[in-house]
Order: sequence, then structure tokens, then C-alpha cells
Amino acid sequence: MDSATSETRTAAETRTPLGASAENGLKIVVVGGFGAGKTTMVRSVSEIRPLNTEETMTQAGESVDDVSGVRGKTATTVAFDFGRITLDSRNVLYLFGAPGQERFWFLWDRLFSGTLGAVVLVDTRRIDDSWYAIDRLEKHGTPFIVACNDFGGPTFTPQQIREALDLEPDVPLVNCDARSRESSKIVLITLVEHIRSRYADPARASRQELV
Amino acid sequence: MSRPGRDDSPDRLYTLTGGRSRSGPGNPFDLVTLVVAEGAPVPGMQSEHAAILRLTERPTAVVEIAAELKLPVSITRILLSDLLAAGRVSARHPRQAAVPDPDILEQVLVGLRNL
Repeated sequence: MDSATSETRTAAETRTPLGASAENGLKIVVVGGFGAGKTTMVRSVSEIRPLNTEETMTQAGESVDDVSGVRGKTATTVAFDFGRITLDSRNVLYLFGAPGQERFWFLWDRLFSGTLGAVVLVDTRRIDDSWYAIDRLEKHGTPFIVACNDFGGPTFTPQQIREALDLEPDVPLVNCDARSRESSKIVLITLVEHIRSRYADPARASRQELV
Repeated sequence: MSRPGRDDSPDRLYTLTGGRSRSGPGNPFDLVTLVVAEGAPVPGMQSEHAAILRLTERPTAVVEIAAELKLPVSITRILLSDLLAAGRVSARHPRQAAVPDPDILEQVLVGLRNL
């Protein structure tokens, strides 16, 4: 699924630097299964052509990261892409598209500690792909919302999706079209409003962290 | 284009960092720490260090540096620690707290609505 905005982005192949006063980087992670539209959503709202990078670690332990011995060990390499939104002269939001599969979560703390929150992007034709990501986010106490990317497949009622994902009632569930900048923007705003209300109500926040 | 971080021999990555392979708990660089060069590259400097200084004339996040250099994030963090220790770059770390600052959340919302 390619983005309708790709043509406009290719013109900006050269780097677009931040303003000199930028000082505070913020993170939001878009988690989803293969083909759920993570990269498309990042591209729809990013001011730069999405970039790709990776992190590697061995399975042996969280702090072991012995690149020299990679050949003889089971190394986990996770590639992820990201885009950028300059919010104002000081704040810059980085949006990461991250695969939801199991091995990725070994790297969550190292890569995404301090993240504001996450969007779980769901392909309703493969709802089960999102189960694991939701479980991990709940365990980490990371605020998240669920966004169903419209692939023109069968439509489900919100209640059916909530039941399929075993979603807590206070987790927002929205439909979106990841190819649309406006739709993706609304998803991000919904997430940040959710984060704000969650932290404005400490009783609710602490209850979620205990789950 | 090939991606050196993924396909090259691990020996190359090992050499880049002088044998160090951990960007352990003491490494202060977050993915979104913004790095700024304190000066231009000098002759004789390791080419990756020089490349980082050229990239960071304006504030540039760690993750963008890793992507541009096509190196894993952990290797990039080690290279950045060297430059920081030598006073060749400065680092603007994210203002992270257990609970996000409501003012920051408000600024994020304003920024997103203005997109």
C-alpha cells in the first residue's frame, strides 16, 4: 500500500534540517503487523521522507550487545522507520513505525523508553496480528489507542473489534485511512488527547499500570 | 543501495568503534537526543566522526544520524559518546519524565492541530 503523498515527498530527497532552536525531541510509536500501514501513516504526516534504521542485539540478555560476536550468536536485528514533525521552534515529534512481532519487544526499552504513547494500527482482515502488541503495551504501562486502517475489507462494528482485541473500555478506538494526512493527523491528536486525560486522572493511570 | 549496518561483516562495525560494542546504561544518547556540532571536522579525524559533524551543523536527532550513516543505533551512540567526550558535539536531551509535562502535551496538541 503506497501513499498518495509519495510524489510530493520525492522532491525532498535532500535533508531538511531542523531549526537551530530545536531542543526537545518527543516520541510516538506506531505499532502494527506487517502490511498494516505503519510506514504509510508515518509518511502521510512526516515533514521528511521517512528514513529507515535498525538496532541489533543478541538474544542472550538485555544489556549484552556484542557486535563482534554476532556471527556465532542469535542476533536480533529490528529495522524500523521514522518520520518527523516540527511542532514549534523548540519541540520536534518523531514518529516511529515499529513491527509488532515478538522479537521487537526485546528492544522496546532501549529504543522507546520515554515515548509519549503508541498507536496500534490494525488491519481488520488480520485482527489477531495486534493482540501481542496490545498485551505488551498494557504491561509496559504505555498509553495507546487503536486505529483501524481502512483497507476496504469487511467492516466490523466497534464492539466486535473491542471484543476481538479484548480492549479496555477507556482505550479509544478509531477508524482511519493511513494514506490521508488529515486522517492520520486526527489519529495522532486522539492519542495525545487520550494521554493528556489519562495523566490528568492519576487514579486511572495507576490502575492501568498495574494491569 | 546496500545497508552497511545490516550486510557488512560485523568486523567492520567492530573496527569503527575501536572494539567497543556496548552503548551500555551509561550512554546518555536517546533516539531523539538532538546533537549539534561544536565545530567543523578536522583533518585526520575518523571519517564517521567527520560525517557526524557535517550532519549536525543544525540540531539532528540520534536516529536521523544513524539512518544517514546507515549504521545501527548502538554503534552510532558509541561514536557520539566519543565526540561528546572530546567536546566536538553538544547534546540536547529530551525532557522526559515518568509523567509527561501537561504543558508539553498541550504544545504537542497545538502543533498537531496546526499541521
